[in-house]
Amino acid sequence: MKLEARDVVKAFGTHRALDGVTFETQSHARVVALLGPSGGGKSTLLRVLGCLLVPDTGRVLMDAQELPHNEAGALAERRTNGFVFQGYNLFPHLTALENVALPLRVVHGMQPAPAEAHAREMLDRLGLIGHETKRPAELSGGQQQRAAIARALAPTPRLLLLDEPTSALDPVMTGEVLDVIRELAHNGQQIVLATHEVSFARDVADWVIFLAQGRVQESRPATDFFSSPQTDLAREYLHGLARYR
Amino acid sequence: MPVPRSTTRSVLLSALIIGVLAALVWAVFPDTYRWHWGSFWDYRMLFFKGWLLMVGISLVAMVLSVLGGLALMMGTRAPWEIVRLFCGGYITLMRGTPLLVVLLLGYYGLVSPLRLGDALPAGTVLLAAFEAAYLAEIFRGALDSIGRSQREAARAVGFDVWQLYRYVLIPQSVRRALPGMAGELVSLVKSSSLLSVLGVDEITQITKLINARSYSSLEGFIPLALAYLAVTLPLTWLAQRLERRFAYET
Repeated sequence: MKLEARDVVKAFGTHRALDGVTFETQSHARVVALLGPSGGGKSTLLRVLGCLLVPDTGRVLMDAQELPHNEAGALAERRTNGFVFQGYNLFPHLTALENVALPLRVVHGMQPAPAEAHAREMLDRLGLIGHETKRPAELSGGQQQRAAIARALAPTPRLLLLDEPTSALDPVMTGEVLDVIRELAHNGQQIVLATHEVSFARDVADWVIFLAQGRVQESRPATDFFSSPQTDLAREYLHGLARYR
Repeated sequence: MPVPRSTTRSVLLSALIIGVLAALVWAVFPDTYRWHWGSFWDYRMLFFKGWLLMVGISLVAMVLSVLGGLALMMGTRAPWEIVRLFCGGYITLMRGTPLLVVLLLGYYGLVSPLRLGDALPAGTVLLAAFEAAYLAEIFRGALDSIGRSQREAARAVGFDVWQLYRYVLIPQSVRRALPGMAGELVSLVKSSSLLSVLGVDEITQITKLINARSYSSLEGFIPLALAYLAVTLPLTWLAQRLERRFAYET
Protein backbone atom coordinates (compact mmCIF):
# COMPACT_ATOMS: atom_id res chain seq x y z
CA MET A 1 0.00 0.00 0.00
CA LYS A 2 0.95 3.61 -0.33
CA LEU A 3 0.00 6.07 2.40
CA GLU A 4 -0.05 9.82 1.91
CA ALA A 5 -1.05 12.68 4.20
CA ARG A 6 -1.20 16.35 3.29
CA ASP A 7 -1.39 19.06 5.96
CA VAL A 8 -3.46 16.93 8.31
CA VAL A 9 -4.62 18.77 11.44
CA LYS A 10 -6.52 17.16 14.31
CA ALA A 11 -7.11 19.18 17.48
CA PHE A 12 -8.68 18.14 20.79
CA GLY A 13 -9.82 21.40 22.35
CA THR A 14 -6.85 23.72 22.08
CA HIS A 15 -4.32 20.88 21.82
CA ARG A 16 -3.27 20.17 18.24
CA ALA A 17 -2.42 16.46 18.39
CA LEU A 18 -1.63 16.54 14.68
CA ASP A 19 -0.29 19.90 13.63
CA GLY A 20 0.07 19.80 9.87
CA VAL A 21 1.14 16.22 9.19
CA THR A 22 2.53 15.61 5.71
CA PHE A 23 4.27 12.49 4.44
CA GLU A 24 4.30 9.99 1.62
CA THR A 25 5.41 6.37 1.86
CA GLN A 26 6.93 4.30 -0.92
CA SER A 27 4.35 2.71 -3.18
CA HIS A 28 4.65 -0.79 -1.72
CA ALA A 29 5.12 -0.20 2.00
CA ARG A 30 3.68 -3.24 3.74
CA VAL A 31 4.55 -2.64 7.37
CA VAL A 32 4.63 1.02 8.37
CA ALA A 33 5.93 1.81 11.87
CA LEU A 34 4.90 5.01 13.64
CA LEU A 35 7.64 5.90 16.08
CA GLY A 36 8.22 8.83 18.38
CA PRO A 37 7.90 10.05 21.94
CA SER A 38 4.62 9.68 23.86
CA GLY A 39 2.23 12.52 23.13
CA GLY A 40 3.87 13.10 19.77
CA GLY A 41 0.77 12.18 17.76
CA LYS A 42 1.34 8.48 16.94
CA SER A 43 -2.00 7.25 18.29
CA THR A 44 -3.94 10.10 16.71
CA LEU A 45 -2.33 9.54 13.31
CA LEU A 46 -3.03 5.81 13.57
CA ARG A 47 -6.69 6.56 14.28
CA VAL A 48 -6.90 8.96 11.37
CA LEU A 49 -5.32 6.39 9.03
CA GLY A 50 -7.83 3.79 10.24
CA CYS A 51 -10.82 6.18 9.94
CA LEU A 52 -11.55 6.06 13.69
CA LEU A 53 -11.00 9.82 13.65
CA VAL A 54 -11.75 12.25 10.88
CA PRO A 55 -9.15 15.05 10.60
CA ASP A 56 -10.23 18.69 11.04
CA THR A 57 -8.42 19.72 7.87
CA GLY A 58 -6.11 18.09 5.38
CA ARG A 59 -6.30 14.98 3.22
CA VAL A 60 -5.26 11.37 3.74
CA LEU A 61 -4.86 9.04 0.79
CA MET A 62 -4.50 5.28 0.76
CA ASP A 63 -3.35 3.87 -2.57
CA ALA A 64 -4.35 7.23 -4.13
CA GLN A 65 -7.92 6.96 -2.76
CA GLU A 66 -8.87 9.80 -0.46
CA LEU A 67 -10.26 8.71 2.93
CA PRO A 68 -13.82 9.91 3.57
CA HIS A 69 -14.58 12.97 5.68
CA ASN A 70 -18.11 11.99 6.73
CA GLU A 71 -19.13 9.48 9.41
CA ALA A 72 -21.00 7.11 7.08
CA GLY A 73 -18.02 6.82 4.76
CA ALA A 74 -15.64 6.46 7.69
CA LEU A 75 -17.79 3.62 9.11
CA ALA A 76 -17.67 1.75 5.79
CA GLU A 77 -13.90 2.24 5.67
CA ARG A 78 -13.45 1.11 9.31
CA ARG A 79 -15.25 -2.13 8.48
CA THR A 80 -12.42 -3.03 6.08
CA ASN A 81 -9.77 -2.40 8.76
CA GLY A 82 -8.75 -4.29 11.88
CA PHE A 83 -7.68 -2.53 15.08
CA VAL A 84 -5.73 -3.63 18.14
CA PHE A 85 -5.21 -1.15 20.96
CA GLN A 86 -2.91 -0.85 23.93
CA GLY A 87 -5.16 -2.95 26.10
CA TYR A 88 -8.56 -3.59 27.62
CA ASN A 89 -10.42 -3.32 24.34
CA LEU A 90 -12.13 -6.71 24.38
CA PHE A 91 -15.78 -6.63 25.42
CA PRO A 92 -15.66 -7.80 29.08
CA HIS A 93 -19.20 -9.21 29.11
CA LEU A 94 -18.55 -11.57 26.18
CA THR A 95 -16.47 -14.76 25.98
CA ALA A 96 -13.32 -14.82 23.83
CA LEU A 97 -15.29 -16.69 21.17
CA GLU A 98 -18.19 -14.20 21.20
CA ASN A 99 -15.76 -11.29 21.04
CA VAL A 100 -14.56 -12.63 17.70
CA ALA A 101 -17.84 -14.04 16.38
CA LEU A 102 -20.21 -11.15 17.20
CA PRO A 103 -18.70 -8.62 14.72
CA LEU A 104 -18.59 -11.36 12.06
CA ARG A 105 -22.35 -11.85 12.47
CA VAL A 106 -23.67 -8.36 12.97
CA VAL A 107 -21.15 -6.32 10.96
CA HIS A 108 -20.04 -8.70 8.24
CA GLY A 109 -23.32 -10.57 7.81
CA MET A 110 -22.08 -14.11 8.43
CA GLN A 111 -24.52 -16.81 9.56
CA PRO A 112 -24.10 -17.89 13.23
CA ALA A 113 -22.64 -21.35 12.55
CA PRO A 114 -19.93 -20.33 10.03
CA ALA A 115 -19.15 -17.22 12.11
CA GLU A 116 -18.54 -19.37 15.16
CA ALA A 117 -16.47 -21.89 13.22
CA HIS A 118 -14.35 -19.11 11.75
CA ALA A 119 -13.93 -17.46 15.17
CA ARG A 120 -12.80 -20.80 16.61
CA GLU A 121 -10.31 -21.19 13.77
CA MET A 122 -8.88 -17.72 14.43
CA LEU A 123 -8.51 -18.39 18.17
CA ASP A 124 -6.83 -21.69 17.32
CA ARG A 125 -4.39 -19.91 15.01
CA LEU A 126 -3.47 -17.55 17.83
CA GLY A 127 -2.95 -20.35 20.31
CA LEU A 128 -6.12 -19.76 22.32
CA ILE A 129 -7.81 -23.11 21.87
CA GLY A 130 -9.25 -24.20 25.22
CA HIS A 131 -9.88 -20.59 26.21
CA GLU A 132 -12.90 -19.90 23.94
CA THR A 133 -15.47 -19.82 26.71
CA LYS A 134 -13.42 -17.62 29.03
CA ARG A 135 -14.23 -13.98 29.55
CA PRO A 136 -11.40 -11.44 29.09
CA ALA A 137 -10.84 -11.11 32.84
CA GLU A 138 -10.02 -14.82 33.00
CA LEU A 139 -7.27 -14.47 30.37
CA SER A 140 -3.71 -13.22 30.89
CA GLY A 141 -2.72 -9.90 29.33
CA GLY A 142 -0.92 -11.67 26.48
CA GLN A 143 -3.90 -13.95 25.85
CA GLN A 144 -6.25 -10.95 25.85
CA GLN A 145 -4.12 -9.19 23.31
CA ARG A 146 -3.93 -12.32 21.13
CA ALA A 147 -7.74 -12.60 21.34
CA ALA A 148 -7.95 -8.94 20.29
CA ILE A 149 -5.70 -9.72 17.32
CA ALA A 150 -7.94 -12.70 16.46
CA ARG A 151 -10.96 -10.40 16.52
CA ALA A 152 -9.22 -7.82 14.34
CA LEU A 153 -8.03 -10.44 11.82
CA ALA A 154 -11.21 -12.54 11.62
CA PRO A 155 -12.90 -10.45 8.88
CA THR A 156 -9.61 -10.54 6.85
CA PRO A 157 -8.97 -6.79 7.00
CA ARG A 158 -7.15 -5.00 4.22
CA LEU A 159 -5.12 -3.11 6.82
CA LEU A 160 -4.32 -4.06 10.41
CA LEU A 161 -3.69 -1.11 12.72
CA LEU A 162 -1.92 -1.72 16.02
CA ASP A 163 -1.65 1.02 18.64
CA GLU A 164 1.15 0.19 21.09
CA PRO A 165 -0.14 -3.39 21.36
CA THR A 166 2.47 -4.44 23.95
CA SER A 167 2.76 -1.33 26.14
CA ALA A 168 0.61 -2.82 28.91
CA LEU A 169 2.31 -6.22 28.88
CA ASP A 170 5.26 -7.74 30.74
CA PRO A 171 8.30 -8.89 28.72
CA VAL A 172 7.14 -12.51 28.34
CA MET A 173 3.69 -11.50 27.12
CA THR A 174 5.23 -8.83 24.92
CA GLY A 175 7.30 -11.58 23.29
CA GLU A 176 4.15 -13.69 22.68
CA VAL A 177 2.34 -10.84 20.98
CA LEU A 178 5.32 -9.63 18.93
CA ASP A 179 5.83 -13.20 17.63
CA VAL A 180 2.28 -13.14 16.33
CA ILE A 181 2.71 -9.74 14.67
CA ARG A 182 6.00 -10.79 13.10
CA GLU A 183 4.36 -13.86 11.62
CA LEU A 184 1.52 -11.78 10.21
CA ALA A 185 4.00 -9.36 8.65
CA HIS A 186 5.95 -12.19 7.06
CA ASN A 187 2.74 -13.65 5.68
CA GLY A 188 2.00 -10.44 3.83
CA GLN A 189 -0.54 -8.67 6.09
CA GLN A 190 -0.52 -4.91 5.57
CA ILE A 191 0.19 -3.32 8.95
CA VAL A 192 0.44 0.12 10.50
CA LEU A 193 2.05 -0.18 13.93
CA ALA A 194 2.56 2.50 16.56
CA THR A 195 5.13 1.26 19.05
CA HIS A 196 8.04 1.96 21.35
CA GLU A 197 9.57 -1.47 20.58
CA VAL A 198 12.26 -0.05 18.35
CA SER A 199 14.22 -3.25 17.80
CA PHE A 200 11.01 -4.99 16.78
CA ALA A 201 10.15 -2.15 14.40
CA ARG A 202 13.66 -2.39 12.93
CA ASP A 203 13.00 -6.09 12.33
CA VAL A 204 9.57 -5.97 10.68
CA ALA A 205 8.94 -2.48 9.32
CA ASP A 206 9.82 -1.40 5.83
CA TRP A 207 8.83 2.24 6.31
CA VAL A 208 9.14 4.48 9.37
CA ILE A 209 7.23 7.66 10.14
CA PHE A 210 8.83 9.46 13.08
CA LEU A 211 6.47 11.88 14.83
CA ALA A 212 7.14 14.41 17.55
CA GLN A 213 5.16 17.47 18.68
CA GLY A 214 2.33 16.62 16.28
CA ARG A 215 4.53 16.80 13.19
CA VAL A 216 6.29 14.31 10.98
CA GLN A 217 10.02 14.70 11.61
CA GLU A 218 11.10 11.91 9.31
CA SER A 219 9.38 9.61 6.82
CA ARG A 220 11.85 7.19 5.28
CA PRO A 221 12.56 3.54 4.51
CA ALA A 222 13.17 1.70 7.78
CA THR A 223 16.74 0.68 7.01
CA ASP A 224 17.71 4.29 6.24
CA PHE A 225 15.97 5.61 9.35
CA PHE A 226 17.64 3.21 11.74
CA SER A 227 21.12 3.42 10.21
CA SER A 228 21.23 7.21 9.91
CA PRO A 229 18.44 9.20 11.58
CA GLN A 230 18.49 12.73 10.19
CA THR A 231 16.90 14.81 12.92
CA ASP A 232 18.22 15.44 16.42
CA LEU A 233 14.84 14.44 17.86
CA ALA A 234 15.02 11.00 16.23
CA ARG A 235 18.65 10.53 17.24
CA GLU A 236 17.83 11.43 20.86
CA TYR A 237 14.80 9.16 20.83
CA LEU A 238 16.69 6.14 19.49
CA HIS A 239 19.63 6.84 21.76
CA GLY A 240 17.39 7.20 24.82
CA LEU A 241 15.64 3.91 24.10
CA ALA A 242 18.88 2.08 23.43
CA ARG A 243 20.53 3.19 26.67
CA TYR A 244 19.03 0.49 28.87
CA ARG A 245 18.67 -2.30 26.32
CA MET B 1 -15.86 -10.70 41.53
CA PRO B 2 -18.05 -8.29 43.48
CA VAL B 3 -19.71 -10.17 46.32
CA PRO B 4 -23.43 -9.39 46.71
CA ARG B 5 -24.57 -9.37 50.30
CA SER B 6 -25.48 -12.84 51.53
CA THR B 7 -29.25 -13.27 51.39
CA THR B 8 -29.32 -15.95 54.09
CA ARG B 9 -27.35 -13.84 56.51
CA SER B 10 -29.49 -10.76 55.94
CA VAL B 11 -32.68 -12.79 56.47
CA LEU B 12 -31.31 -14.16 59.75
CA LEU B 13 -30.28 -10.68 60.82
CA SER B 14 -33.75 -9.31 59.99
CA ALA B 15 -35.36 -12.10 62.02
CA LEU B 16 -33.12 -11.26 64.98
CA ILE B 17 -34.03 -7.57 64.80
CA ILE B 18 -37.74 -8.38 64.57
CA GLY B 19 -37.37 -10.69 67.58
CA VAL B 20 -35.69 -7.99 69.67
CA LEU B 21 -38.36 -5.46 68.69
CA ALA B 22 -41.13 -7.92 69.54
CA ALA B 23 -39.55 -8.56 72.95
CA LEU B 24 -39.41 -4.80 73.52
CA VAL B 25 -43.09 -4.40 72.60
CA TRP B 26 -44.04 -7.15 75.02
CA ALA B 27 -41.85 -5.59 77.73
CA VAL B 28 -43.38 -2.14 77.29
CA PHE B 29 -46.98 -3.33 77.05
CA PRO B 30 -47.09 -6.14 79.62
CA ASP B 31 -50.66 -5.80 80.92
CA THR B 32 -51.91 -2.45 79.74
CA TYR B 33 -52.21 -3.40 76.05
CA ARG B 34 -54.91 -5.87 75.23
CA TRP B 35 -54.46 -7.65 71.94
CA HIS B 36 -57.56 -7.88 69.76
CA TRP B 37 -56.32 -10.12 66.95
CA GLY B 38 -59.83 -11.44 66.51
CA SER B 39 -61.34 -8.15 65.45
CA PHE B 40 -58.53 -7.63 62.92
CA TRP B 41 -59.02 -11.18 61.61
CA ASP B 42 -62.60 -10.26 60.70
CA TYR B 43 -61.27 -7.78 58.17
CA ARG B 44 -58.66 -10.09 56.64
CA MET B 45 -60.27 -10.11 53.16
CA LEU B 46 -60.33 -6.32 53.07
CA PHE B 47 -56.69 -6.29 54.17
CA PHE B 48 -55.79 -8.79 51.43
CA LYS B 49 -57.57 -6.70 48.80
CA GLY B 50 -55.57 -3.68 49.92
CA TRP B 51 -52.40 -5.75 49.62
CA LEU B 52 -53.31 -6.82 46.09
CA LEU B 53 -53.96 -3.20 45.13
CA MET B 54 -50.56 -2.20 46.56
CA VAL B 55 -48.87 -4.92 44.52
CA GLY B 56 -50.79 -3.83 41.42
CA ILE B 57 -49.93 -0.15 41.87
CA SER B 58 -46.28 -1.07 42.43
CA LEU B 59 -46.04 -3.29 39.37
CA VAL B 60 -47.62 -0.72 37.04
CA ALA B 61 -45.56 2.11 38.52
CA MET B 62 -42.36 0.02 38.22
CA VAL B 63 -42.88 -0.57 34.51
CA LEU B 64 -43.82 3.08 33.89
CA SER B 65 -40.92 4.41 35.97
CA VAL B 66 -38.32 2.22 34.23
CA LEU B 67 -39.62 3.33 30.82
CA GLY B 68 -39.81 6.94 32.00
CA GLY B 69 -36.32 6.75 33.50
CA LEU B 70 -34.88 5.43 30.25
CA ALA B 71 -36.68 8.12 28.26
CA LEU B 72 -35.46 10.87 30.61
CA MET B 73 -31.90 9.53 30.49
CA MET B 74 -31.94 9.51 26.71
CA GLY B 75 -33.55 12.95 26.79
CA THR B 76 -30.59 14.33 28.72
CA ARG B 77 -28.32 13.27 25.87
CA ALA B 78 -30.63 14.25 23.03
CA PRO B 79 -29.19 16.32 20.18
CA TRP B 80 -31.75 19.12 20.83
CA GLU B 81 -30.90 21.53 23.61
CA ILE B 82 -34.54 22.22 24.54
CA VAL B 83 -35.12 18.49 25.22
CA ARG B 84 -31.90 18.24 27.24
CA LEU B 85 -32.87 21.28 29.31
CA PHE B 86 -36.40 20.01 29.94
CA CYS B 87 -35.28 16.54 31.00
CA GLY B 88 -32.43 17.84 33.15
CA GLY B 89 -34.73 20.35 34.84
CA TYR B 90 -37.43 17.75 35.40
CA ILE B 91 -34.94 15.38 37.06
CA THR B 92 -33.56 18.12 39.33
CA LEU B 93 -37.02 19.37 40.37
CA MET B 94 -38.41 15.91 41.07
CA ARG B 95 -35.37 14.86 43.07
CA GLY B 96 -35.61 18.01 45.13
CA THR B 97 -39.27 17.65 46.04
CA PRO B 98 -40.80 15.21 48.58
CA LEU B 99 -43.04 12.56 47.03
CA LEU B 100 -45.85 13.62 49.37
CA VAL B 101 -45.75 17.13 47.90
CA VAL B 102 -45.57 15.80 44.34
CA LEU B 103 -48.67 13.68 45.00
CA LEU B 104 -50.66 16.48 46.65
CA LEU B 105 -49.66 19.15 44.13
CA GLY B 106 -49.96 16.83 41.14
CA TYR B 107 -53.37 15.53 42.11
CA TYR B 108 -55.08 18.56 43.68
CA GLY B 109 -53.23 21.09 41.52
CA LEU B 110 -53.34 19.40 38.15
CA VAL B 111 -55.22 16.12 37.76
CA SER B 112 -58.31 16.93 39.79
CA PRO B 113 -59.07 20.47 38.51
CA LEU B 114 -58.49 19.41 34.90
CA ARG B 115 -60.55 16.24 35.50
CA LEU B 116 -57.75 14.10 34.07
CA GLY B 117 -58.60 10.97 36.05
CA ASP B 118 -59.30 9.31 39.37
CA ALA B 119 -56.96 9.24 42.34
CA LEU B 120 -55.83 5.64 41.70
CA PRO B 121 -54.46 6.01 38.14
CA ALA B 122 -53.29 9.56 38.84
CA GLY B 123 -51.44 8.52 41.98
CA THR B 124 -49.84 5.57 40.21
CA VAL B 125 -48.60 7.76 37.35
CA LEU B 126 -47.34 10.45 39.76
CA LEU B 127 -45.47 7.81 41.76
CA ALA B 128 -43.90 6.48 38.55
CA ALA B 129 -43.06 10.01 37.37
CA PHE B 130 -41.33 10.67 40.68
CA GLU B 131 -39.27 7.47 40.68
CA ALA B 132 -38.41 7.88 36.99
CA ALA B 133 -36.28 10.91 37.90
CA TYR B 134 -34.17 8.80 40.27
CA LEU B 135 -33.94 5.88 37.84
CA ALA B 136 -32.82 8.26 35.06
CA GLU B 137 -29.85 9.28 37.20
CA ILE B 138 -29.03 5.63 37.99
CA PHE B 139 -29.15 4.73 34.28
CA ARG B 140 -27.04 7.75 33.38
CA GLY B 141 -24.42 6.84 35.98
CA ALA B 142 -24.28 3.25 34.71
CA LEU B 143 -23.90 4.33 31.09
CA ASP B 144 -21.31 7.00 31.87
CA SER B 145 -19.25 4.53 33.88
CA ILE B 146 -18.49 2.50 30.76
CA GLY B 147 -15.08 3.59 29.60
CA ARG B 148 -14.21 5.38 26.40
CA SER B 149 -12.12 2.39 25.36
CA GLN B 150 -15.29 0.31 25.02
CA ARG B 151 -16.89 2.87 22.73
CA GLU B 152 -13.73 3.01 20.69
CA ALA B 153 -13.47 -0.78 20.52
CA ALA B 154 -17.07 -0.93 19.30
CA ARG B 155 -16.38 1.65 16.60
CA ALA B 156 -13.19 -0.21 15.67
CA VAL B 157 -14.98 -3.51 15.01
CA GLY B 158 -17.37 -1.60 12.76
CA PHE B 159 -20.46 -1.21 14.96
CA ASP B 160 -22.75 1.67 14.07
CA VAL B 161 -24.33 3.77 16.83
CA TRP B 162 -27.31 1.45 17.22
CA GLN B 163 -25.06 -1.63 17.46
CA LEU B 164 -22.84 0.21 19.96
CA TYR B 165 -25.81 0.57 22.30
CA ARG B 166 -27.37 -2.83 21.55
CA TYR B 167 -24.27 -5.01 21.93
CA VAL B 168 -21.89 -3.03 24.14
CA LEU B 169 -23.33 -0.20 26.22
CA ILE B 170 -26.74 -1.57 27.26
CA PRO B 171 -25.59 -5.10 28.25
CA GLN B 172 -22.76 -3.66 30.32
CA SER B 173 -24.76 -0.88 31.92
CA VAL B 174 -27.69 -3.15 32.87
CA ARG B 175 -25.42 -4.97 35.31
CA ARG B 176 -24.03 -1.76 36.72
CA ALA B 177 -27.52 -0.26 37.11
CA LEU B 178 -29.03 -3.34 38.79
CA PRO B 179 -28.11 -2.71 42.45
CA GLY B 180 -29.21 0.92 42.34
CA MET B 181 -32.31 0.12 40.33
CA ALA B 182 -33.36 -2.68 42.71
CA GLY B 183 -33.00 -0.31 45.65
CA GLU B 184 -35.10 2.28 43.87
CA LEU B 185 -37.85 -0.22 43.03
CA VAL B 186 -37.98 -1.41 46.65
CA SER B 187 -38.30 2.23 47.62
CA LEU B 188 -41.13 2.60 45.10
CA VAL B 189 -43.08 -0.24 46.71
CA LYS B 190 -42.77 1.41 50.13
CA SER B 191 -43.59 4.84 48.73
CA SER B 192 -46.85 3.53 47.32
CA SER B 193 -48.13 3.80 50.92
CA LEU B 194 -48.25 7.57 50.42
CA LEU B 195 -51.05 7.17 47.88
CA SER B 196 -53.24 6.87 50.98
CA VAL B 197 -53.19 10.68 51.22
CA LEU B 198 -55.17 10.81 47.96
CA GLY B 199 -57.73 8.43 49.44
CA VAL B 200 -56.62 5.46 47.35
CA ASP B 201 -57.69 2.24 49.08
CA GLU B 202 -54.26 0.68 49.09
CA ILE B 203 -53.07 -1.34 52.05
CA THR B 204 -51.93 1.49 54.36
CA GLN B 205 -55.23 3.33 53.92
CA ILE B 206 -57.15 0.07 54.45
CA THR B 207 -55.18 -0.70 57.61
CA LYS B 208 -55.93 2.70 59.09
CA LEU B 209 -59.59 2.08 58.26
CA ILE B 210 -59.57 -1.37 59.87
CA ASN B 211 -57.82 0.00 62.95
CA ALA B 212 -60.47 2.68 63.29
CA ARG B 213 -63.34 0.24 62.91
CA SER B 214 -61.89 -2.40 65.26
CA TYR B 215 -60.44 -0.01 67.85
CA SER B 216 -56.99 -1.53 67.44
CA SER B 217 -53.58 -0.25 66.32
CA LEU B 218 -50.67 -2.68 66.56
CA GLU B 219 -52.89 -5.54 65.30
CA GLY B 220 -53.09 -3.63 62.03
CA PHE B 221 -49.66 -2.08 61.80
CA ILE B 222 -47.67 -5.25 62.47
CA PRO B 223 -49.34 -7.18 59.63
CA LEU B 224 -48.96 -4.02 57.52
CA ALA B 225 -45.18 -4.05 57.97
CA LEU B 226 -45.10 -7.79 57.19
CA ALA B 227 -47.25 -7.23 54.09
CA TYR B 228 -44.67 -4.77 52.69
CA LEU B 229 -41.79 -7.08 53.59
CA ALA B 230 -43.57 -9.88 51.73
CA VAL B 231 -43.03 -7.83 48.57
CA THR B 232 -39.73 -6.06 49.22
CA LEU B 233 -37.71 -9.03 50.50
CA PRO B 234 -38.37 -11.26 47.44
CA LEU B 235 -37.63 -8.24 45.26
CA THR B 236 -34.26 -7.75 46.96
CA TRP B 237 -33.51 -11.45 46.66
CA LEU B 238 -34.42 -11.44 42.96
CA ALA B 239 -32.17 -8.45 42.33
CA GLN B 240 -29.26 -10.19 44.02
CA ARG B 241 -29.76 -13.28 41.89
CA LEU B 242 -29.88 -11.20 38.70
CA GLU B 243 -26.78 -9.31 39.82
CA ARG B 244 -24.90 -12.59 40.20
CA ARG B 245 -26.10 -13.75 36.80
CA PHE B 246 -24.74 -10.64 35.12
CA ALA B 247 -21.54 -10.64 37.17
CA TYR B 248 -18.25 -10.56 35.32
CA GLU B 249 -15.05 -8.70 35.94
CA THR B 250 -14.09 -5.68 33.92
